[in-house]
Amino acid sequence: MDLVERCLARIHAARHLNAFITVMDGSARADARRAQEEIRSGHYRGPLHGIPISIKDLIDVAGTPTTSGSAVPPLHPASDAPIVHRLRESGAILIGKTNLHEFAFGTTTEETAFGVVRNPFDTSRSAGGSSAGAAVALVEGMCYGSIGTDTGGSIRIPAAACGIVGLKPTAAEVTCEGIVPLSTTCDHVGPMTRTVRDARLMFEVLTGEPVPLTSEERPLTFGVPSGYLLERLDPDVRRALGRVETALKAAGHSTRRVRIERAEITPDVYLHIVLAEAARYHAPLVETHAALYSPGVRLRIEMGRYILAEDYVRAMELRPLLTRSVDAALETCDALLLPALAIPAPVLGTETVEFDGSQEPIRAAMLRLTQLFNITGHPAIAIPAGRTPSGLPIGMQLVGARQRTGTLLNIAERVEPQITGGAGSVGGGTG
Amino acid sequence: MTIPDWLEAARTDADKRDLPQLKPLLETLARSTERLRQIDADERTAREGTRRS
Repeated sequence: MDLVERCLARIHAARHLNAFITVMDGSARADARRAQEEIRSGHYRGPLHGIPISIKDLIDVAGTPTTSGSAVPPLHPASDAPIVHRLRESGAILIGKTNLHEFAFGTTTEETAFGVVRNPFDTSRSAGGSSAGAAVALVEGMCYGSIGTDTGGSIRIPAAACGIVGLKPTAAEVTCEGIVPLSTTCDHVGPMTRTVRDARLMFEVLTGEPVPLTSEERPLTFGVPSGYLLERLDPDVRRALGRVETALKAAGHSTRRVRIERAEITPDVYLHIVLAEAARYHAPLVETHAALYSPGVRLRIEMGRYILAEDYVRAMELRPLLTRSVDAALETCDALLLPALAIPAPVLGTETVEFDGSQEPIRAAMLRLTQLFNITGHPAIAIPAGRTPSGLPIGMQLVGARQRTGTLLNIAERVEPQITGGAGSVGGGTG
Repeated sequence: MTIPDWLEAARTDADKRDLPQLKPLLETLARSTERLRQIDADERTAREGTRRS
């Protein structure tokens, strides 16, 4: 009960950050009482028993509207999404539905019908997106774990922007049933937590399978991609990558440069898959509710409606080429290491960001380091990696072999101290 | 359909639907589609070689 009351107090104290759309006060308190009685009577369900967890408001929770962050009329699900059912079975307390970029179709969570989600480290800045509310809820101690979704980086981008851990599992490893789709090819669902250990605990609940722990002590090799992916980075982010490499080497591990062949085609492949698939879902809704969409989101959906079938198929047929490229890079290392976000959290309203004298649209810059692994399906985890001199979080990303999310989690837990630099975990709020 | 023909048709349709703000995005999409088709053509040539009459 204390945990729930503490979380509810934090939610109400930091309302100005707009992390939540629906706060489930009543049901959370009832669930907490039930959890307390069960634990007292010896019926302990596991490490999530009695723990307040937030759910991105794209995911169905029975009896609670699924707004998708939109003014478009919400869904009213009669049943939980399967992952929500698993969380309930584990004894987790659902504390509320978190705010998001409308229909998960953005990286800054500025386009939402429920108030712009503000970064707790600097409220003039974005908390990333689209799972921004989930990230802010964790930073501010409004919950102890969050569930987000990730189509191009929507777990890892807000994780990096807010200094928390965010896991995108292998494609199709965690069911997306009961989740409003953006792109059925690229959608993933996963945990957002304060530590890698917590991410592993939540991942085990979401899949229903334990992740075997490893006692392996051999030095690890991390592949740092050369070329397209890391050509344009904010100087503070680049310095953080350098610091992490130094720390890994000091701990006995090694890094090497690896090439991901054709990585530069990622944005064009991604655009033609995600826009077309998003258009397919939203076409009937824009015919009847166009005026209720945020203008930017509506326009991106309309773009997708003009993509020709032959070009969608071209993009889908290029996916295996990119998958083989990432597989090949991973043959020479235990995991890839790169930043999760090329820039610190941008100021709200930013439209472009400058790299070496040229301007890049903000969405493209924010998606650049994450979207490839949605196309290929490789598991990827964002881990906090210190702060900029002005105090903004920076996040690194580890990418593992497909179908080896457990291995990636073990690697991540092992090197988490080197990546975080020993900084304490967030959760008590920034204020 | 060639990209210029596609873009002309798409721009006309955007005007017809009173969505002029869509046109710059359609131009961005056209450039992306052009790159995508070139990539696809290059990959196909690498796989199949060049057809000769």
